[in-house]
Amino acid sequence: MTPFFLYSGIYLCFLMVLTLYRAIFGPTVLDRMIGVNAIGSKTTVLLVLIGLIYQRVDMFVDIALAYACLNFIAVLAAARYFQKRKGLYDETRSR
Amino acid sequence: MNILVGLFLVIGFIFFTGGAVGILRMPDFYTRLHPAGKLDTMGQLMTMGAMALYVVGLDLSLASVLTGLKILMISGLVFITSPTATHAIVDAGVRAGMEPWTKSETEDFRDLGA
Repeated sequence: MTPFFLYSGIYLCFLMVLTLYRAIFGPTVLDRMIGVNAIGSKTTVLLVLIGLIYQRVDMFVDIALAYACLNFIAVLAAARYFQKRKGLYDETRSR
Repeated sequence: MNILVGLFLVIGFIFFTGGAVGILRMPDFYTRLHPAGKLDTMGQLMTMGAMALYVVGLDLSLASVLTGLKILMISGLVFITSPTATHAIVDAGVRAGMEPWTKSETEDFRDLGA
């Protein structure tokens, strides 16, 4: 079953690269936040998969839980920050 | 048991693939939040459930049951936090005065290749 988990992890990394396009080239700041949030939610799954591959799930589950909390707090804080600062604008319109 | 675990993992990855393609292809960030919020949460539930099932099915002891329960708790946490994060992003966009995508702007986005 371990090779299957390994290939699942590789496929998940491929999907994260696809989402990274939106995080880098997103027209607005909020697009980048969407990409980062999606990458973070994939990373929690990837951490548990790594734990299954190395047969240390009991340790990696805690790391994944902490990462899920951290991802949520980071997105919430960034959303509040840009809401207060009103620094958002559509970069495609300004051309 | 292994077949069930593989099936759940593959279903979860189908959801993840849909989410990634939706984030890439949707025209507006309001519409992009729809695959980002829903499909990632659903794929995460499926894959976490598959891995919890695998951990419990490996050996049925107290420690492995607790680990599986913890994996499902991560899934429950994401089910609470992911809609909240999505709502916070939409709220920031609305308060900053960004307008939702309408169909007349289709040509502009097609020129950009987005």
